[in-house]
Amino acid sequence: MVNEYAIEATNLTKRFGDFTAVDAITFKVNKGEIFGFLGANGAGKTTAIKMLIGLSRPTEGEATIAGYDIYRQTESIKENIGYMSQKFSLYEDLTVRQNIRFYGGIYGLNRKQINYKMDEIITQLGLEKQARKVVGSLPLGWKQRLAFAVAGVHNPGIIFLDEPTGGVDPATRRQFWEMIYEASGEGVTIFVTTHYMDEAEYCDRISIMVAGRIDALGSPRELKDRYRTDTMDNVFLQLVRSRENP
Amino acid sequence: MLRVFIAFVKKETFHILRDARTLVILFGMPIALVLIFGYTVSNEFKDASIAVVDQSRDDLSQKLISQLPASGHFQLVDYADNIEALEASFKAGKTKLGIVIPNCFEEQFFRNGTVKVQLITDATEPNYAATLTNYANSMIRKFQLEQAEVTRLPYQIEVRSRMLYNPSLIGAYNFIPGVVALILMLICAMMTSLTIAKEKETGTMDLLLVSPLSPLLIIVGKVAPYAALSFVSALAVFAMGYAIFDVPIIGSLPLLLVLCLLYLLVALALGVLISTISKSQQVAMMVSMFTLLLPTMLLSGFIFPIESMPFPLQQISRIIPAKYFIVIEKAIMLKGAGWDAVLMPSIVLAIMLVVLLVASWRSFKVVYK
Repeated sequence: MVNEYAIEATNLTKRFGDFTAVDAITFKVNKGEIFGFLGANGAGKTTAIKMLIGLSRPTEGEATIAGYDIYRQTESIKENIGYMSQKFSLYEDLTVRQNIRFYGGIYGLNRKQINYKMDEIITQLGLEKQARKVVGSLPLGWKQRLAFAVAGVHNPGIIFLDEPTGGVDPATRRQFWEMIYEASGEGVTIFVTTHYMDEAEYCDRISIMVAGRIDALGSPRELKDRYRTDTMDNVFLQLVRSRENP
Repeated sequence: MLRVFIAFVKKETFHILRDARTLVILFGMPIALVLIFGYTVSNEFKDASIAVVDQSRDDLSQKLISQLPASGHFQLVDYADNIEALEASFKAGKTKLGIVIPNCFEEQFFRNGTVKVQLITDATEPNYAATLTNYANSMIRKFQLEQAEVTRLPYQIEVRSRMLYNPSLIGAYNFIPGVVALILMLICAMMTSLTIAKEKETGTMDLLLVSPLSPLLIIVGKVAPYAALSFVSALAVFAMGYAIFDVPIIGSLPLLLVLCLLYLLVALALGVLISTISKSQQVAMMVSMFTLLLPTMLLSGFIFPIESMPFPLQQISRIIPAKYFIVIEKAIMLKGAGWDAVLMPSIVLAIMLVVLLVASWRSFKVVYK
């Protein structure tokens, strides 16, 4: 655990047959940082995140999560990370309370810990009235925030979010990001993929992935200065175009 | 570990209770199947309509004709004057079986000691036709014996057949074992493949795999509630068979239940295998339909006897688990057989279980590595 970086990836590569989905990406994420992992649809973001959380075995390269090796120490990694997929992944036919209890249960929390977490999450999200309703009946924005809270039910050091805010309006996205800041303020490292450029501005540092490679890495300010523009949109467009017309 | 497992089973139970469709399939379908098969699929018949062409019109022919409906199985609906009239009666659908009595019936019978009676059936329904001719045959033979006692025919072979284990040929003795095999296959394999495919579809499977749970525990946790419910369902069918259709369990009940459990595990392993190769619930449903439901119905010997299938289909039926389980059930329930008699089919099922477990474990790993 004595490691200054939360995530460290070196030449991480994934090939499916002849197709290279992720091409030798190298980056480091500091502890407590909000790290944005940007890229167009199909750039390889989800494949990269799946390798980091142990759902997919890399073809080549090295990586450590919270100091644990992704090949040899998968069990230790699993106890130290939370994950929220782009499908937000709660059981729609179970109630809010049943979902929290189940996820607490599979992370081995005891009854007391689960009840404590349950109260905390329900109060934090203001879900007192909906706690006994099935998740499927909640608005999408609430489901997403609940999924984020559930991803942190076992107090992991790192939370991976794969396009957590797809399909909701900017105001709801803003609420979601307030939760991320809160978690980050408590020292949790956040690794978040997105293709919304306004969200990129909220991150401490971002990497931009184009066709399987990381083409730019730095804080939003640095990137905008480097590409001489004042919006992340333009940074992104310049990167994609330079790749299309080399 | 146990706490995690309980959390899992609890959650799965919530799913089942929340979804009315699941409950209908788990408990409604077995009851419906038993009743449908019990009252429709049957070779037993009564009041089958028959027609007679009596070309002789003497005492003996009248005696024979009057005896046919007496059994309660036949109902005389038509007295045809000739073969053409009989055929018209068949075409109109009035008659299922025609009996043609030749000229000088009585005279030939007593003088020559031999006489030919013709049976004509409507074979558009082959099984029914065969059953009717068999039955009419034995009735005429019986009639002949009765008459022979009066006149003392010198030589004859008397055939007495005995139907072992199901003397009155009750259809339920055949279909209750079949329905149990079908239900267990359907509930275990189809429901587990659906429920696992659903987790893949909604992305919750990824979350489970990212958690510290071992994949084995995930599968066992998902499958266990369905195993328990299908076992209860099977018990219900045995009980219904016993209470409503008088199907006995002559052999050892514990032995039957143990082997029932073995078959259930085979079905579960099949369900897991199907779920690992299907991406969505719809695919899982289609695959289960075509690889489980239809073969179990058609190739297991449940509805059609395996012996009368063409050679290639007979070979295919060898890999249908239900075939072996039906053999086991019939041996224990109807013949009262013990361990030694059902050892071979049990070993086959055990081998199938091991092969399926290994296959689904490998397939599961391929998908998630």
